[in-house]
Amino acid sequence: MLDVLQGFVHELRSAGLPVSMTENLDAMTAMEHVDLQAREVVRSVLAATLVKQQRHRPAFDTVFDVYFSLFSPAAEDRAALDLPDELFGTAGGDIQGGGAGGDLTREELAEMLLRALQSMDLDELRRLAGMAVSQFAGMEPGRPVGGTYYLYRTLRQLDLDDLSARLVEQARARGEIPDDPLPGRLAREEQEARLRELRRLVEEEIRRRLVADRGVEAMARTLRKPLPEDIDFMHASRDEMLALQRAIQPLTRLLAARLAQRRRRRHRGSLDFRRTVRASMNYGGVPVEPKFRRPHPAKPEIMVVADISGSVASFARFTLQFVHAMASQFSRVRSFVFIDGIDEVTRFFEDTDDISEAVHRVNTEADVVWVDGHSDYGHAFSVFHERHEREVTQKTSVIFLGDARNNYHASQNWVLQSLQKRARHVYWLNPEPRGYWDTGDSIISEYGRYCDGVYECRNLRQLERFVSTIADA
Amino acid sequence: MGERFESVADVVERLRSVDYLADDDIASVTYLADRLEKPVLVEGPAGVGKTELAKAIAAATGSRLIRLQCYEGLDEAKALYEWNYKKQLLRIQADREHETSWESVESDIFSEPFLLTRPLLEAIRAEDPVVLLIDEVDRVEIETEALLLEVLSDFQVSIPELGTIVGKQRPIVLLTSNNTRELSEALKRRCLFLHVDYPDVEREKEIVRVRVPGIDEELAEQVARVVRSVRTLDLKKAPSISETIDWARTLIYLGRSEISPEVIGETLHVLLKYQSDIAKARKELVEK
Repeated sequence: MLDVLQGFVHELRSAGLPVSMTENLDAMTAMEHVDLQAREVVRSVLAATLVKQQRHRPAFDTVFDVYFSLFSPAAEDRAALDLPDELFGTAGGDIQGGGAGGDLTREELAEMLLRALQSMDLDELRRLAGMAVSQFAGMEPGRPVGGTYYLYRTLRQLDLDDLSARLVEQARARGEIPDDPLPGRLAREEQEARLRELRRLVEEEIRRRLVADRGVEAMARTLRKPLPEDIDFMHASRDEMLALQRAIQPLTRLLAARLAQRRRRRHRGSLDFRRTVRASMNYGGVPVEPKFRRPHPAKPEIMVVADISGSVASFARFTLQFVHAMASQFSRVRSFVFIDGIDEVTRFFEDTDDISEAVHRVNTEADVVWVDGHSDYGHAFSVFHERHEREVTQKTSVIFLGDARNNYHASQNWVLQSLQKRARHVYWLNPEPRGYWDTGDSIISEYGRYCDGVYECRNLRQLERFVSTIADA
Repeated sequence: MGERFESVADVVERLRSVDYLADDDIASVTYLADRLEKPVLVEGPAGVGKTELAKAIAAATGSRLIRLQCYEGLDEAKALYEWNYKKQLLRIQADREHETSWESVESDIFSEPFLLTRPLLEAIRAEDPVVLLIDEVDRVEIETEALLLEVLSDFQVSIPELGTIVGKQRPIVLLTSNNTRELSEALKRRCLFLHVDYPDVEREKEIVRVRVPGIDEELAEQVARVVRSVRTLDLKKAPSISETIDWARTLIYLGRSEISPEVIGETLHVLLKYQSDIAKARKELVEK
């Protein structure tokens, strides 16, 4: 057990979770107090001692599932059977039997699944998930494909949409779903939850078999996913986008709280004479406790100018979202977006307090195409100069977002030069890795020359660090 | 510590006997906290029963609950102990005529009767079993957090005039946080971590049945499902468990035995507190 635990902690660290020495020791001590057979208890206990941030929990769960999958409930009742043989049962050769026996057609399996889903019999569902994987996944030992491939094959054969439709149909036939929209909606959600459960079971089953085939370490390595704060904006998959989306809001809140506190403490306000005298009454007129006024430090004003052309769109989106979520930390936030034309989009954010809706409107309504819809920083900047330069003051920090890939147009970098003289600060955030800068049509250093700082900004961690420096400055 | 927990199952059972339904995570971590004598940091959205958990543990173990409510500006004097300055002044003034020596006055005014005990010291000195709840610890400043750390790691306090006071027992300590700011690594390292989230339909239904007398299973199930549905909407503030319970109670008072769109429409303000959220939920659930 100790070895397993050490490997487990090592893998957690490789996945980027900070696990300290004391936490590691705590986990070991904790294991002495629990029943090692109770898998969910072990999971809770390890999580409580090793993971101190909820956003790291999904990563922990993945690693846990891999490391302890061979102890899963499904595995227990199969331990008696010859494990390796039945792990890769192929289509038509369902060895497990378990009451059903022999070959099952898709229809029969679907029938049984339907029944199990209706009664929500977890053990039965787990057993059926195992059978489905044996039949449909076509797993071969040593074949170097990921679990998602097998998952896809299994789920395609099971045809969850069809199952879901039939569940609804049957429920309707029994009169459980009236035609009213509300109960219908609730019933649908219930079924979705059940199908999600089935999907999870199938996933678990596939993972278990893969682990048995390839060994724990190899499997953990292939499943390793970046933590939300390390996801690269430019190459995020759909699931990762969702994870980012969810991570942004709590991050901004934490950052805002930290900044507010730091600001307040940096200098005390002037002496509040009235309150000091009032407090001295407590001590017979001796001013033991001087009272100070709360300081009201000036907040910077921010102008964000973002390239939203295809290649960097998601980066721009997250940054706009981040900055606007932090709006309380600045006296004013104005945003502009461009491709080859430029448009101010501040109004979208000010109209609503739903930031994702605002971002959606930016993408659909902003007038950013001038000629052909290919990035033209030069033109966009010169228009910005014409229309808005007068509004830039000594209090304003201007932040440019983009990869500076200008499609070989004129750079017009004099715009930044004149901006730098007017503005408090000019910054540039580039979502590309530093190594790619100034390659091909990237002209970042031509612009960077007139910026107070050019930052690589590929993930939330870097973005957060940047925002915290400018809010402080 | 009152009667200790025997096992994880024992935790579940005894918490249930005081009407608190613990899930796997909650029960395991509570048990572990009891065994390892480590504080638990409980985190999660508002209104999922974090404070309630501390109360339930106290009730289940027959302990007294000592609560320290944190707020910005909380300091040693309010968390640990304070000398009763005014009483000391009175004592000195009353003594003027008698010309007592300074030594005797000093030893007198820095003694028990002049000490104002605050929650932390009270928990350390307690003779009877206690559960210490440090509520909303994310509201205090970093400096105060350091003070908490010191107290929690040794469970003793040094008062210069009185000497060191060592706790006779290690009570269960719960710290709750709404996660409005990141707590220091040091504090997290010393605590067990428990994230409490909104319950699934099954558990919420059970909670409603336990907390709302007179509700039948059918209605409780409907309540739980509607609340789940509402939580999937993109809201400013999703309904908490306490709001679910309030809503179920409202339905009982109004004598509704079934949930229809009309019923939801007229009682939605119990579940949601922002006008924009109410409008959104109404559009999704009632008008569709």
